[in-house]
Amino acid sequence: MRTGWNERVGRNAFGWGLVLPSLLFLGLFTYYPMFRAARLSLFELNLATPKPRFVGFGNFAALLKDPVFLKVFVNNVWYAAGTVPLAMALAFAMALFADKAIKGRTFARVAFFYPNMIPMIAVANIWLFLYTPHFGLLARLASWVSGQNTSLLGGPHTVLGAMIAMAVWKEAGYFMIFYLAALQQIPKDLYEAASADGASAWTALGRITIPLTMPTTLFVAVIAMTNAFKLVDHLWIMTKGGPNHASSLLLYHIYETSFQFFDQGMAAAMTVAMVALLLLISALQVFGWDRSIHYE
Amino acid sequence: MRKLSQSTLLLLAGALTLAGCGRSVGDEANAAAPSPSADQTQQPSASPSAEPSKSPVEITFYYPVNVGGPLTKVIDGMAADFTAKHPDIRVKPVYTGNYGDNTVKVQAGIQAKQPPDVAVMMSTELYSLLDMDAILPLDDLIAKDADFNASDFYEAFLEDTRTEGKTYSVPFQRSTILLYYNKDLFKAAGLDPEKPPQTWDELVEDAKKLNRDGHQGLEIPGNDDSYWMFQMFARQAASDPKANIMSDDGKKAMFDTPENVGALQFWIDLSRKHKAMPEGIIDWGTVPTDFIAGKTAMMVHTSGNLTNVKNNAKFDFGVAFPPANKQFGSPTGGGNLYIFKGTSLEKQAAAWTFVQYMTAPEQAALFSSSSGYVGVRKSAYDTEAMKAYTSGFPQALVARDQLAYAFRELSTHNHGKVSSALTNQIQAALSGQTDAATALKLAQQEAEQALAPFNK
Repeated sequence: MRTGWNERVGRNAFGWGLVLPSLLFLGLFTYYPMFRAARLSLFELNLATPKPRFVGFGNFAALLKDPVFLKVFVNNVWYAAGTVPLAMALAFAMALFADKAIKGRTFARVAFFYPNMIPMIAVANIWLFLYTPHFGLLARLASWVSGQNTSLLGGPHTVLGAMIAMAVWKEAGYFMIFYLAALQQIPKDLYEAASADGASAWTALGRITIPLTMPTTLFVAVIAMTNAFKLVDHLWIMTKGGPNHASSLLLYHIYETSFQFFDQGMAAAMTVAMVALLLLISALQVFGWDRSIHYE
Repeated sequence: MRKLSQSTLLLLAGALTLAGCGRSVGDEANAAAPSPSADQTQQPSASPSAEPSKSPVEITFYYPVNVGGPLTKVIDGMAADFTAKHPDIRVKPVYTGNYGDNTVKVQAGIQAKQPPDVAVMMSTELYSLLDMDAILPLDDLIAKDADFNASDFYEAFLEDTRTEGKTYSVPFQRSTILLYYNKDLFKAAGLDPEKPPQTWDELVEDAKKLNRDGHQGLEIPGNDDSYWMFQMFARQAASDPKANIMSDDGKKAMFDTPENVGALQFWIDLSRKHKAMPEGIIDWGTVPTDFIAGKTAMMVHTSGNLTNVKNNAKFDFGVAFPPANKQFGSPTGGGNLYIFKGTSLEKQAAAWTFVQYMTAPEQAALFSSSSGYVGVRKSAYDTEAMKAYTSGFPQALVARDQLAYAFRELSTHNHGKVSSALTNQIQAALSGQTDAATALKLAQQEAEQALAPFNK
């Protein structure tokens, strides 16, 4: 008994000891700041109130009535709804192609993946040029389609769509890598059996490929969803959230509130709201979906 | 044996952590606050009992660069020259990115109680910095300094250094709004290239005539800080020669006056009614590109682009005051030098010496001629360097002459919220979502809300 107890303590202590260094850093640079932000969200702290004043959930109540926050929130929902399914579908199609294409396979993979190698700021600059009225390729295309000179980034109805197109282009290659790995995991004899039974390529795709890549789809969906909230660097380069908040996203608005308006209490409240939302989405995806997609 | 290896492993992990910690903390200290003591730790041979009186005062200087070109070299060079002439002061210039990044870094420094000693920041940050209790009033330093001649600075630039009887900054990199026009395209359209439009009516007329052969007649940027262009139209439309869109104490906004509505309406009409300009919001950054490429015959833009246009335009171009309605007018823009609180008196004095040097006539001339910014003081234009520059490039003098009609950029308490309220509504109006009167009314309401706590 006694030796068993000792052994267990010893083993646990060893485990904790190994975890401790990274736990220390996570605590110091992740959990502690998160706790501080959560605490700050209960206070009023801005240029007019330099000493923090406790307001309870007052900041959150104000958020629900703030038209700009609601606008930005809805923008972000549309942005996610636009980028996530499109980028995933494109990634899947590209993975199928890059998996099958015999000649130029490496070239296809590199070409598909390369947008992901470029930093978001550089991507934004490239696309800014594509969207530049008079010069840009896509701007000219839009002008030709609409029959008049169109500024895609200057129009409140087109700017979000323009951003979504760019995000899909940038993200799809990254997700393709995961799908490519998943495709290569699928045993080839399944396909051989299917073709021996006379199943068409489409049936094989619907009955074998898609179900067996579902775990990857779940994983990619979580990543894509969080990225739709996390990747906002392009806004600084392209629109600064304008015109009139038409392209502003949550994280950008948080930055603006904190570092341009110096309204730190509200910025913290928005951060807490966003983190809670992302946790909720990933929890629903992982726990709700996870059971029905694994095949052993 | 197993026990031993386990504890060795733990020790190793712990040691690695500590080592990592130690280094990162040390680096941070070095980067954030380069003090004489930090230098000494790197040279263990130096005697530990260094006399502080003999070691030079070290001050950090944060500056942003917002225009193209190798301006960092110019500023770093000026700081190095200063250090060479003042061996008792060592200036450490820190390039911090654009104005926005610069503000964030200064703000982080203020919160960490390690502000820079001196920094270039937007003139419009005045009230925010005061509300953070971050900056030093300069009146005492100015009073003690016989060499500093405040009246030599252009009055238009001094307006935003002061509030409620105190001076808080010194003008450094400053600009105004100019009308740039392509003389070749003027000739091609049958217009006199030496007669740029002087009034709103002439502007519309000329822009219509110039709108041909696949290029635009006129472009005025509508995004970024749209309020700046709006201020220009508002002053031109006002009958009061001192009219502005906010009060001098930065506590009241006057956005929705009938004259201002008329000003915004004219801006909208330029494209929607007169077809003299492309519709919608024209991007700040692409306007100079369009002008240089001959895609627009005229543009209204910051004087900060003079050097860019001069170096890149392949045609003869002119600059003029933006056309007047009831009067000429342009807000000033750009950054001033601020000195921060929360440092030793010795450092504050050193920072003042540095500010004085950076804005002295020779340096103002050097900075203006190498950047395209307007020289901040009158005597700068009497220096040889400036005479050489302006005789070869007389366009630079237009920006200076316009200072007689220049006035303070929008600057209020809670500046971020107030200015973005106006900017967003202007964008809504320019893109056709609302009309001019509604837009300015909404902007006024939002601004009043943001200013309410300061009017108690």
